[in-house]
Amino acid sequence: MSVARAEFDGAPSHTLDDLTAGRLPDDRGRFGPFGGRFVPEILVPALDRLELAVQEALSDPSFQRDLSRELRTWVGRPTPLTHARRMGEAWGATVYLKREDLTHTGAHKINNAIGQALLACRVGARRIVAETGAGQHGVATAAACARLGLPCTIYMGEIDVERQAPNADRIRMLGATLIKVRGGDRTLRAAIDEALRDWVTHPDSTYYLLGSVVGPHPYPLLVRSLQTVIGTEARAQHLEREEALPDVAVACVGGGSNAIGLFHPFLADADVALLGVEAGGTGDHLGTHAATIERGTPGVLHGAYSLLLQDENGQIQDTHSAAPGLDYPGVGPEHAFLESIGRARYTSVSDQEAMAARDECCVLEGVVPALESAHALAGAKRWAAANPGTRILVGLSGRGDKDLALPSGPRERERP
Amino acid sequence: MTGLAGADRLAEATHDAGADRLERAIRRATDSGRPALAAFLTAGFPEPKGFADLLRAVSDAAEIVEIGVPFSDPMADGVTIQESSRRALEYGVTLGWILETVARARSSTPVVLMSYLNPLLARGLADFARQAAEVGVAGLIVPDLPYEECGPLRSALSGVGVALVQLVTPITPPERLRLLCTASDGFVYAVTTAGTTGGDTDSGQTLRGYLDRVQAASPVPVLAGFGIRSAGQVREIAGHTDGIIVGSALIEVLRRGEDPAAFLRRLRDG
Repeated sequence: MSVARAEFDGAPSHTLDDLTAGRLPDDRGRFGPFGGRFVPEILVPALDRLELAVQEALSDPSFQRDLSRELRTWVGRPTPLTHARRMGEAWGATVYLKREDLTHTGAHKINNAIGQALLACRVGARRIVAETGAGQHGVATAAACARLGLPCTIYMGEIDVERQAPNADRIRMLGATLIKVRGGDRTLRAAIDEALRDWVTHPDSTYYLLGSVVGPHPYPLLVRSLQTVIGTEARAQHLEREEALPDVAVACVGGGSNAIGLFHPFLADADVALLGVEAGGTGDHLGTHAATIERGTPGVLHGAYSLLLQDENGQIQDTHSAAPGLDYPGVGPEHAFLESIGRARYTSVSDQEAMAARDECCVLEGVVPALESAHALAGAKRWAAANPGTRILVGLSGRGDKDLALPSGPRERERP
Repeated sequence: MTGLAGADRLAEATHDAGADRLERAIRRATDSGRPALAAFLTAGFPEPKGFADLLRAVSDAAEIVEIGVPFSDPMADGVTIQESSRRALEYGVTLGWILETVARARSSTPVVLMSYLNPLLARGLADFARQAAEVGVAGLIVPDLPYEECGPLRSALSGVGVALVQLVTPITPPERLRLLCTASDGFVYAVTTAGTTGGDTDSGQTLRGYLDRVQAASPVPVLAGFGIRSAGQVREIAGHTDGIIVGSALIEVLRRGEDPAAFLRRLRDG
């Protein structure tokens, strides 16, 4: 790993202080060596314009006013913090769930989608394109575009269209054009490839509404800025309820947007551990998991230098996870940075552990979490076993209705 | 013993070797009154077996041969090159194999590699640069490496005399156009259309106006590429560019099992 990292030795060696003081990403989009902008020349003017628009919008009170009105009256924020009493008793810990599953469209993705759709209107975009894995970002984007009257095209891998059929239907119902991606790995990665190609073909009129803290600068900054509402609310709510901060904040990590959103407001709280949980899939070797930080090496994919699952020739590898939203061979550059400076820890749980945690949450708390979010629950349960009696904040990033059609539902597995 | 000063002089002497070879090859065509032809092949397509022969055959009918290093996620490529890259990867084509094949083919026509950044990073930029120079690669095009990020690769290549070619597009602002043209070694790659490789090329006056702007801004020759497939298109832009790059159309010829050299001659001679 150190060999490839040395390629960017010229890159600045940033610290946690740089991050908490708001200096990262730097003006080249770097978090330490990670991030940057690795795109075809045709996209450079569009990214320059976007960078300028992001700077202006984020500091513009009228944009903030529009955004917070939409978050309050359309998305349904603030979302509750639920004390998971029975699960906490079972785990021997105090457990709180940050309920992003209760947002409009049922996942944290809507925080980003409505924010970027407002930004797209501001920059005069005539058309939106987006990728989706589990379909949550696609649904959120389709909904936000419907609300703001923007035509939108969603790219979704063929495999994901099948395994997340309810979301594919919702995307169409909301008036978006859904394009099934039959090339590449036919999941999230191929959907991003195809959305990028669309943008490369229409760089002037089209706004690419990227769904995670991945991609070229300024996307990791933009998506983080729109998702930190999760952690800001959760931190205040936890303080109010427990009169203390949690000992650990746990979130699932695919590209990593809900995790960055939850973690970011806690970065300066040195006593709060941050735990990201990746998809361990069904095994240890390439192709059977999506544990990018735990087992990846540095490289460039989809516009940024970060950790990747790749072979020794730099070819990106297929991934596997029962949770389509985590089924991705890259990860946001800020996560790669947080891992490299030791501020956050990353682990992985298997498909089976995630499903068991999902089932436990259903019957103990009356909450059906998405399989993605169930990875965070499984990681939190392991943390509880190793650190009994601690306070655990779990980011429950989305609801699980979309997963009911998956073959390994609870009933099937109960049969002998 | 030449000592350090001698080594520096040697590096200086080889510094622009690749760029010079490319410029000379292009000028030879333009001096005889026709645009230079750069022919793109996906490495190992249609098959690794016989690719060295294909390389030689195409070399005889073009001024420059561009070899595409297959990548799993080619975001700047249209379906034709995506598909040829996928096939090549299935055959196990690697950067190492490509360098060996270029060494074996030893064509007198300058070879330019076109690679996404990640396969180069995986090999190590310094090692790659040295090996590319050793086998006689004249230049490198990296479609996902904008100028602002090219520093480390540029310094690795400049020491060994391999040219780093910059791309410009119809929507590149004037100031940036000058910057990219000035920074480009050997030639400038003028993308003729917004879009992926093999897409529809803007035709007529808009295109010629754009190419004229690039030529005015560029101290090095200009080659136009992305979506060029007919002798008619070549005639349309001849006089507004120093040469053309033919990619997807040539890959389609290979896929249909036709003679690539004959196709290139038709394109060139109209």
